[in-house]
Amino acid sequence: MKVVVFTKQTFDTEAKITLDDQGKINPEGVSLIINPYDEFAVEEALRIKEKTKGEVTVVSMGGPKAQDVLRQALAMGADRAVLITPELEEMDEYTTATILARAVSRMEYDLILGGWRAIDDGSAQVAGRVAEILGLPVVNMVIKLEIDGGRALATREIEGGSEVVEVPLPAVITAQKGLNEPRYPTMKGIMQAKKKPMEKLALSDLGLTAEEVVPKVRALKYFLPSPRAQGKIVPGEPAEAAAALVRLLREEAKVI
Amino acid sequence: MDFTIPEEIMDMKRTLRNFVDNEVEKYSQQIEDEDKIPQHLIDKAKEMGLFGMSIPEEYGGLGLSMLERCLLLEELGRANMSFTTYIGAHTGIGTTGIVELGSEEIKRKYLPAMASGEKLGAFALTEPDAGSDATSIKTTAVLKGDRWILNGRKHFITNAPEADIFTVIAVTDREKGARGGFTAFVVEKNFPGFYIGTIERKMGLRGSHTAEVIFENCEVPAENVLGEVGRGYSSALKILSKGRVALAARCVGACDKLLELSVRYAQQRIQFGKPIASFQAIQWMLAEMATDTEAARSLTYRVAWMVDQGLPVIKEGPMVKLFASEALGRVADKAVQIHGGMGYMKDFPVERFYRDARITRIYEGTNEIQRMIIANRLLKKFEI
Ligand SMILES: Cc1cc2nc3c(=O)[nH]c(=O)nc-3n(C[C@H](O)[C@H](O)[C@H](O)COP(=O)(O)OP(=O)(O)OC[C@H]3O[C@@H](n4cnc5c(N)ncnc54)[C@H](O)[C@@H]3O)c2cc1C
Repeated sequence: MKVVVFTKQTFDTEAKITLDDQGKINPEGVSLIINPYDEFAVEEALRIKEKTKGEVTVVSMGGPKAQDVLRQALAMGADRAVLITPELEEMDEYTTATILARAVSRMEYDLILGGWRAIDDGSAQVAGRVAEILGLPVVNMVIKLEIDGGRALATREIEGGSEVVEVPLPAVITAQKGLNEPRYPTMKGIMQAKKKPMEKLALSDLGLTAEEVVPKVRALKYFLPSPRAQGKIVPGEPAEAAAALVRLLREEAKVI
Repeated sequence: MDFTIPEEIMDMKRTLRNFVDNEVEKYSQQIEDEDKIPQHLIDKAKEMGLFGMSIPEEYGGLGLSMLERCLLLEELGRANMSFTTYIGAHTGIGTTGIVELGSEEIKRKYLPAMASGEKLGAFALTEPDAGSDATSIKTTAVLKGDRWILNGRKHFITNAPEADIFTVIAVTDREKGARGGFTAFVVEKNFPGFYIGTIERKMGLRGSHTAEVIFENCEVPAENVLGEVGRGYSSALKILSKGRVALAARCVGACDKLLELSVRYAQQRIQFGKPIASFQAIQWMLAEMATDTEAARSLTYRVAWMVDQGLPVIKEGPMVKLFASEALGRVADKAVQIHGGMGYMKDFPVERFYRDARITRIYEGTNEIQRMIIANRLLKKFEI
């Protein structure tokens, strides 16, 4: 079974976000990690590989630094990596999905995995769009995945419960927390990662031009969330305090 | 001169930091409360290959240079110190003797299982009457046919209750004493006549166990001699001197962690309407902690590099152990001070670090002994 995994490099979950003088998100000094949902996807791919004697290719789009994420996946056990560096000023989910779909269409694959969303922009669109472009079924937010011959049995989270979906392969599946517990790369794995193939592609290598992937969406403005106000303790006997709290929620916070 | 850390080692450091800060840290309080490291943490460390840090690749280890090892131990040093000690005593004094002095046969026999962590190593030199003065050990070994018969008692042996393979220093010729009369042996825990005695109750390092090791007509096959018969004292010194820079690297990691905790706390804690980090008294402490940490780190890297170049580190080895362990003492003390009353509470990691840090000035040769060695070298060098 040949599995392709999309991995994105994102800000560390504990990163302090600031804006630069152009009003854009300032990447300086922020430590970068593999998008945690993508890490679940990598782990799942490796488990499938181990069961089926398969092959795992990890694909990332980003600057040269995104190699860190690919090396991590290789160290965990992936077989090869593809880094696409489009060098575009503006991108959106359409751009990303178009490029990724083109890259994947040049490969052999039975299954495409990814995180259900990236923790930075949180759009949750890329995997779905890739599936659409490639004409493949997509199952989102999967917490359990079984592969049986040419079909995948995926358990996904839905409002108030879970749903089991069967799809024919190839398909696109996105990972939700709970799918698995990702392994740590071993020290030997890290040493071997350097020797594994990493293909580096520019937009032109995929036969695409910048005009073909011009974003459909433009960000008008970035702003930071307003700082959290001081908490308030409502004193008094439980019954009185509860009544006071309800009044505050209604009149001051205006949330109920 | 180039201080750039290779990408591959950076990847390892990143992985280890993630493991230590996010995984080990979660269980730190539990380790403290139960005096036991959860098995799954040890298993993860094994899977990652950490037990093979000091073992050459041909025997299943990672084949790292001393500098590379120190760069990794630095990350481990951020963890609960008992966790670090468990691994550090194995990769340091627990395996060094076999790696450095073992015959090909001994290495093939023991190292692969030690590299994977399946078998844990320990080092037994100290006895009730022989601490700083290791020349006065009393444990004896007498050759009978094809076996050595060991009798005696070691104490304060780290990892003894869990370890499988012990490097033991014993007297083989009382007349000659330390000069030609000591020998190093590889002793397995299941050899007849081998016993573990009392497990000590300690000030800190809860989760790491230190115990007596007792030999009662313990039978050790003749081929389990490590190095040459009669060269055991210099073997012991060799094992300990290699361990010193590695211990220093662990101290640097602990300093780093304490500094980080302190800088964070100082910015969060408000007194007199401002973060205490705005007070110069606190800032000076932070600045001194950071400087101590950096100085210890620089010396560690340099001495590790010297080891890798095969340069003698007879005085530099003791220097780095001395400086890094005392830097950690100062840093831990300031960390507690910056945390105020909270620093005295078991709910905060600094309290544990403060107790755990204390041992680094005592074991693997007290700091007085380190100073003595350094001074001896100086006096010899500039003899008039
Ligand atoms: C938690 C723990 C783990 C340990 N693990 C191991 C282990 O795995 N294997 C092992 O073999 N040993 C181990 N040890 C033993 C350790 O190395 C010794 O405790 C240490 O070397 C000091 O010996 P001592 O305790 O007998 O103290 P002593 O030698 O009695 O020293 C007492 C004091 O006198 C000072 N002193 C002694 N001689 C001189 C001198 N000539 N000049 C100036 N001052 C001097 C010492 O510096 C110290 O301050 C461990 C000890 C502890 C506490």
